[in-house]
Amino acid sequence: MAGTQHLLEVKNLTTRFHTEDGVVHAVNDVSYTLNEGDTLGVVGESGCGKSVHALSIMRLIQIPPGEIAGGEVIFRGRDLLKLSDDDMRKVRGAEIAMIFQDPMTSLNPVKTVGFQIMEALMLHKGMDKASARERTVELLTLVGIPEAAQRVDDYPHQFSGGMRQRAMIAMGLSCDPSILIADEPTTALDVTIQAQIIDLVKRLQHKFGMTVIWITHDLGVVAGLARRVNVMYAGRIIESGPVKEIYANPHHPYTVGLLGSLPSHGGRTSARLFSIPGEPPDLVGLPPGCAFAPRCQYQTPRCFKETPSLEEVGLGHTAACWEKDKVRRG
Amino acid sequence: MAEAINTGSETREVLLHVEGLKKYFPIRRGVFQRHIGDVKAVDDVSFDVYRGETLGLVGESGCGKTTTGRTIIRIYEPTAGHVIFKGQDLATLRANEMREMRRSMQMIFQDPYASLNPRMSVLKIVGEPLEVFRLANKEERRERVAHLLQLVGLNPDFMVRYPHEFSGGQRQRIGLARSLALNPDLIICDEPISALDVSIQAQVVNLLEDLQEELGLTYIFIAHDLSMVRHISDRVAVMYLGKIVELTDRDALYARPLHPYTQALLSAIPVPDPVIEESRQRILLEGDLPSPANPPKGCNFCTRCPQVQDICEQEEPAFIEVEPGHFCACHFVTPATQSLQ
Repeated sequence: MAGTQHLLEVKNLTTRFHTEDGVVHAVNDVSYTLNEGDTLGVVGESGCGKSVHALSIMRLIQIPPGEIAGGEVIFRGRDLLKLSDDDMRKVRGAEIAMIFQDPMTSLNPVKTVGFQIMEALMLHKGMDKASARERTVELLTLVGIPEAAQRVDDYPHQFSGGMRQRAMIAMGLSCDPSILIADEPTTALDVTIQAQIIDLVKRLQHKFGMTVIWITHDLGVVAGLARRVNVMYAGRIIESGPVKEIYANPHHPYTVGLLGSLPSHGGRTSARLFSIPGEPPDLVGLPPGCAFAPRCQYQTPRCFKETPSLEEVGLGHTAACWEKDKVRRG
Repeated sequence: MAEAINTGSETREVLLHVEGLKKYFPIRRGVFQRHIGDVKAVDDVSFDVYRGETLGLVGESGCGKTTTGRTIIRIYEPTAGHVIFKGQDLATLRANEMREMRRSMQMIFQDPYASLNPRMSVLKIVGEPLEVFRLANKEERRERVAHLLQLVGLNPDFMVRYPHEFSGGQRQRIGLARSLALNPDLIICDEPISALDVSIQAQVVNLLEDLQEELGLTYIFIAHDLSMVRHISDRVAVMYLGKIVELTDRDALYARPLHPYTQALLSAIPVPDPVIEESRQRILLEGDLPSPANPPKGCNFCTRCPQVQDICEQEEPAFIEVEPGHFCACHFVTPATQSLQ
């Protein structure tokens, strides 16, 4: 591991929010590595820290109330958490780009779509207006906006939801970033539009060899897109591994439960769904031990005292569970 | 468990018959609010719902599935068409008769945060239908609410609490308890799980199924999540731009969809299995949904259909029964093409 340099190395990342109700432990001790051209799926339910972990990498956490309490984010040998604001601004958008769930609130409603993409090109790439505009039309065509040369002067409200998300992707791609972080980019879209967007990202990735971090709660989307998966629960990665391994052979009870709670594709449609009892924990004042223990069918007294860390269960496959050897799917 | 006994619908009593239902929302412009057009949210929809079954109503946003549900229950006044519930045409009922009728048809809503009054305790929320219809005195009401909460898997002691003290899944249970208060026959579930997390969705779906079995309920389950609809429904209707394009048994629909839109929609669902995903061929639709204020001429789907022909842009296809119980609205799916296969 020491010899090869990873494109991105997240080490013990910890993010907290200081709120009136107490300290919210949003991201706890998250570590993983990414190589050039990888596609990582980050899966988990709302409040599991998947978005906050990405925002922490981008240093887009509002401080205060937020606080990146520890860890390192090494990108191409530099710790992003130690960069000055100015240096970070040069990384953001140019080298690591992020697209968000809601394209309507992430676009400025009083500026044309074209201008918002050109802005990044002029700022990061030092292009003049004419060539930035030309490049913008190219980008919009690339992501499948029809008649891009005309639509470039449209305002966001003149675009449909799917087109706005395409425009966001065009913006994300504008400066040829090495990493694209997509935070639930298709959640607000219909399935047929979602299929278009996923297809688009796959093609672009193929073409430019981009590294993608795809954050979602939809295990179906991850299955079709990612090569590796991190499953998060209560701010921690609880299982990580190659996508096929995770789906065929999950070792953490939460992953097993998540997969079981989906209706099966084909086959026993009238069988009862498996449901995980209880609710995700409150991230204010998490009790010691494994955060999933209160909902877990494999719980032992130890689970309520000591927090398990990620340990190898297969080739490149890790799980954080004391009872991981007993956990089986189905 | 003994799930082998298939839906007890051998008798096939039609509980709800919807015929030619239309709901247009007028578009008005100018100082005099001139009527310049209509958003055809629901445009000539017909179907039956049998007692004890679950009819899934699926489609993408803006296809009119929610408006259909709301027009059936007359939250919206229908523009045209008939809704015959237990033998009575709802469209002709007077307001007070309709009020009585609503006792047997209830609705649960998508957003568990917006559908419960934050200033009312759970006792008040769940007990309100009983109060409105003067069905129980205070003591009886309390008892009934406790029973209802137990039925939906909540602790009866929670009745003194307020909605903000509950999570999304729990709130959806409260909404369900409220809808059950008057012993309805039909519950229209409008995207009841789409605001919930995956692990909580399964809990609510299981609960809906248990209650159906226990109380003999009939559901219209409106959703955009096709895999969940497949799980819960007996029959499924697929809507596109205000119309039903295909309606049939769940298994027939998923195994052999006939309408090109249904085929594309099913192929777009991501399957939570990387091995299947790897080898899957998707039918990718181009473009976006046209505006229901200005639907295309001919077949609604002609602007995006991969198999479009000239006739599709001229004539609207009829919604016909291509094989027993399997309805489809496409020029190229007819009983004749079916017998050829």
